[in-house]
Amino acid sequence: MSELLTINSIDVKYGNIQALRDVSMKVDEGDIVCLIGANGAGKSTLLKAIVGLEPLTNGVITFEDTKIAQMRAESKQRFRFRRNHDILTTDKIAEMGIALVPEGRRVFTDMTVEENLDMGAFMVRDEKVVARKKEEMFEFFPILKSRRKQKTRSLSGGEQQMMAIARALMSSPRLLLLDEPGLGLAPLIIQDIFQKIALINREDKVTVFLVEQNAKIALKASTQGYVMENGKIVLSGDSKELLENSKVRAAYLGE
Amino acid sequence: MGSISEVFQHLLNGLTLGGIYALIALGYTMVYGILKFINFAHGEILMVGAYVGMFAFDFLRGDMPYGPLMLVVFFIAMIIAMIISAVLGMAIEKIAYKPLRKATRLAPLLSAIGVSFILSNLAAYIWGTKSRKFDYPFDNTAYNIGGVAITPHQILILVVSMILMIGLKLYIDKTRMGKAMRATSLDQDVAALMGIDVNKVISLTFAIGSGLAATAGILVALDFKVYPTMGAMAGLKAFVAAVVGGIGNITGAMVGGILLGLLETFGVAVLGIPQGLKDTIAFGILIIILLVKPEGLLGKAEREKV
Repeated sequence: MSELLTINSIDVKYGNIQALRDVSMKVDEGDIVCLIGANGAGKSTLLKAIVGLEPLTNGVITFEDTKIAQMRAESKQRFRFRRNHDILTTDKIAEMGIALVPEGRRVFTDMTVEENLDMGAFMVRDEKVVARKKEEMFEFFPILKSRRKQKTRSLSGGEQQMMAIARALMSSPRLLLLDEPGLGLAPLIIQDIFQKIALINREDKVTVFLVEQNAKIALKASTQGYVMENGKIVLSGDSKELLENSKVRAAYLGE
Repeated sequence: MGSISEVFQHLLNGLTLGGIYALIALGYTMVYGILKFINFAHGEILMVGAYVGMFAFDFLRGDMPYGPLMLVVFFIAMIIAMIISAVLGMAIEKIAYKPLRKATRLAPLLSAIGVSFILSNLAAYIWGTKSRKFDYPFDNTAYNIGGVAITPHQILILVVSMILMIGLKLYIDKTRMGKAMRATSLDQDVAALMGIDVNKVISLTFAIGSGLAATAGILVALDFKVYPTMGAMAGLKAFVAAVVGGIGNITGAMVGGILLGLLETFGVAVLGIPQGLKDTIAFGILIIILLVKPEGLLGKAEREKV
């Protein structure tokens, strides 16, 4: 299988705090890859770095054959009005086919379900395609259809998560990034959402990279897994094997 | 309190004044909605718009007599002023605000105040401090309708401000770029994740706000002439209107503007507040709103993000 996303020894710093150090990983096309780790391990930072919301202090991120993010020279960071030709902005990365469902869903609360979907399809110029995509989403997430005219702030947490996933799928991305899709949701709803994610991967051939604190469900849902501690990848391998790994079992599965 | 026709007269005067405040307030509120920053040079963009409109109108009309053609020429001049102001607004953003986007919140604010002084100073240097007359594009004799005097100028203000406000509302609610503006003001990072070019949205916001300010400048100038500092008080009052309505909220700016116009008019006419103290009404309301409902009439209290 071909590599869709390649992360090559990246560093991210917040001031003096090193959030990510020498992180390397890859996501193969068609896979579901998960990254597990405790709260504050740097998982969200990694996703933000992929979509260009966090600048790298070292390393390169490649999507197919295009470098989407790499280290910026120190001087260029200081003079922000200078154009950076060596990195892509978040909107350009989205155009390449990478969609992120951010931590905490971050739906546009002041907009209706339908308007949120319209925003997800911002890059799709063809009105007919947008309408078809919307119908697909309503079929996939029936709860959204019944609330299409409602502002999304009135949705429950689970519904907002589905809203955020549907919004991300509107642009027909090739790579779907999910940041803690199960956070704060009831177990039954988490199950439902992970079933949907599996379906999206299988039926629509969308490659998935998800980040989770809930190691068990993430490893069960994925084919490849990475474990992050304090901004470093400490373990990686087949998700099945990781589920059996004694270190993982002790640290993340509470056994 | 006088007769019913007097009430209507004040209502009309208040609405026309309020329509102008609303047009200006929209620019403040749209920019604030997206950048969380008050563009204190907004009033000076209005002033430049009024100058451009006046020059364009004087140049195009020659010694044309009043009539439909002159109105057409006037609207062409207005559109020219809107375009030039829009370009000016976008240029100011690129030069004076954008490089400071990641700086402290005070930096762009100070930069805006600097731009505002530079513009009014340059205007005074280039065009002189003497106020110039912006001629009406029509005979401005008032019509008397049931005891209410309504001037063609007032009709012009009502029509133009209504069309622009309804047009803007439709644009923001229905079009792809309009929705992108709303999305950007709600969550800039997530908007970018949708593939929205946030810089483009910001430029567009400045362009629209500045275009509306130019129109307001022309409408004001017809009654009060054109001069380099004309934008200062109009801008401040419209800023108050935007805060009263709920800064960042587009409908709020319209409501706040119209409300402020009505309160000023009725304050003077009905409550007997001396004309010389008229401006205290706006700023008095500002203080009351900040004390009682700081998020404004239609604004939402900002929730702290977890």
